Amino acid sequence: MKEKIYRQLFALLAFASVLFLVGISITLFVEGLPVFMEVGVFDFLFGKLWYPTSDPPDFGILPLIMATVWVTGGALVIGIVLGVGSAIYIHEMAGRTQRAILKPTVEILAAIPSIVYGFFGMVLVAPFLQRLLDIPVGLCAFTGSLVLGIMTVPTICSISEDALSYVPHSFREASLAVGANRWQTLTQVVIPAAGSGISTAIILGMSRAVGETMTVLMVCGGAAMVPTSFFQPVRPMTAAIAAEMGEAVVGGLHFHALFAIGLILFFITLLFNVVAEMVSRRFRLKLGLAG
Amino acid sequence: MNNEMVRIKAENVNFYYGQKQALKNISLDVYQNKVTALIGPSGCGKSTFIRLLNRMNDLVPRTRVEGNIFLDNVDINRGQIDVVDLRRRVGMVFQKPNPFPKSIFENLNYGLKVNGCKNRAEREKKIISALQKAALWQEVKDRLNESALGLSGGQQQRLCIARCLAVNPEVILFDEPCASLDPISTRYIEELILELKRDYTIVIVTHNMQQAARISDFTAFLYLGELIEFGLTEKIFTVPTQKMTEEYLSGKFG
Repeated sequence: MKEKIYRQLFALLAFASVLFLVGISITLFVEGLPVFMEVGVFDFLFGKLWYPTSDPPDFGILPLIMATVWVTGGALVIGIVLGVGSAIYIHEMAGRTQRAILKPTVEILAAIPSIVYGFFGMVLVAPFLQRLLDIPVGLCAFTGSLVLGIMTVPTICSISEDALSYVPHSFREASLAVGANRWQTLTQVVIPAAGSGISTAIILGMSRAVGETMTVLMVCGGAAMVPTSFFQPVRPMTAAIAAEMGEAVVGGLHFHALFAIGLILFFITLLFNVVAEMVSRRFRLKLGLAG
Repeated sequence: MNNEMVRIKAENVNFYYGQKQALKNISLDVYQNKVTALIGPSGCGKSTFIRLLNRMNDLVPRTRVEGNIFLDNVDINRGQIDVVDLRRRVGMVFQKPNPFPKSIFENLNYGLKVNGCKNRAEREKKIISALQKAALWQEVKDRLNESALGLSGGQQQRLCIARCLAVNPEVILFDEPCASLDPISTRYIEELILELKRDYTIVIVTHNMQQAARISDFTAFLYLGELIEFGLTEKIFTVPTQKMTEEYLSGKFG
């Protein structure tokens, strides 16, 4: 009898996540869908003008989507270079002392609140880039990419490093034994064998970058225009929601539009996670580990 | 047994894992076109020793070698020797089959590419010839582009032998090549080793005394890091000079 109660109690706790997910999805759908009916799916997604408070208002979120694409794309490049690069160094080349310093340092990067990254971007990176590159504004897509890219490093680096450590030692030995040097072994055997694991790391890092709000709100400049260069101020989707939620009339079209943006973000990150899961499953199969 | 036939000469080799001494004063010769077997109970240092011959132990941190190992009179641990070239000349087949997670073709192609064989037609020729020598060609000729991981354990091990042969080594080291194989695959590998000794010099570590008796010309018996006895296999197995060798071969310990 007692066992049964415990069992049900823990089942309830475990299934709470399912409940939350369902709740979140319902909220996003209920609050977001009205805007698709009023504005139209096409005009909402591909409209180039985002003037939610004008009269009449414009609800085209293309500038926001494109801002997210640019900023995340830039962050992707920076995150891959820094994250995968440092994983390779830490796992393959660093000595014990260096590893003992580098690994915790990278992990601490993950513990820093995003608003602190925002400060860092505003106070340090933006003015520095503005002077260095001689650009009109420091708060722009590039600054956003840079800071966001740094934020993805812990995720990308630690998962990539795991992937490298899953590569059986016997592959390295086999490669060296046929007369390959360390560099050939690394680039042609170890990294390809860890490839899907590294891809998973990158996708999860990106999924974090896409959803990141505070930092992009603070460092991207905030102009809701379709970007044509990395050095323009932009307003990514998350930043738009965070900045405008407070001023939107509850139940108004603007309010619903912000939820609809959230809904789209939800789908994007969901897609990232599904793809990451698929890729990592293939990786385990490829190495002959349990699926 | 004239001196010209010696390919590898180990002289007073000591080896340490950190503080622990794993090999004590080992001296032995490996003869051209012969099979030299290293036997002894687990932990006797036979795998450690064979891994010194292509410097695989370089990968193990905090290890140290003393003494000299000569390949064709050149000390492989000193001077101008290029370890990458050494490993090409002294190939190795490992205890567990370890094909790359690539296609059967790529498994062999890789070694040729890293060794600078640029001509694809030439590589293909060498790959086919290596697969034939490893007695695997008939089984894989229609599936060269399939993953090597789809092969059976015995086939994988023959693929690893082919991979080793493809880069045209002079000496081949087998580190308990049949340890994870069934008896039939084991027999294939043994027959193959006897074939290969016509063209290559072979050193094999084996846990299996009968295997050493069946395929080797010379046998070295190691115990707790020391070389107890080394000589012609038929002598070691019939009239060992050391009591310990006799006891080990008769199954009193090990």
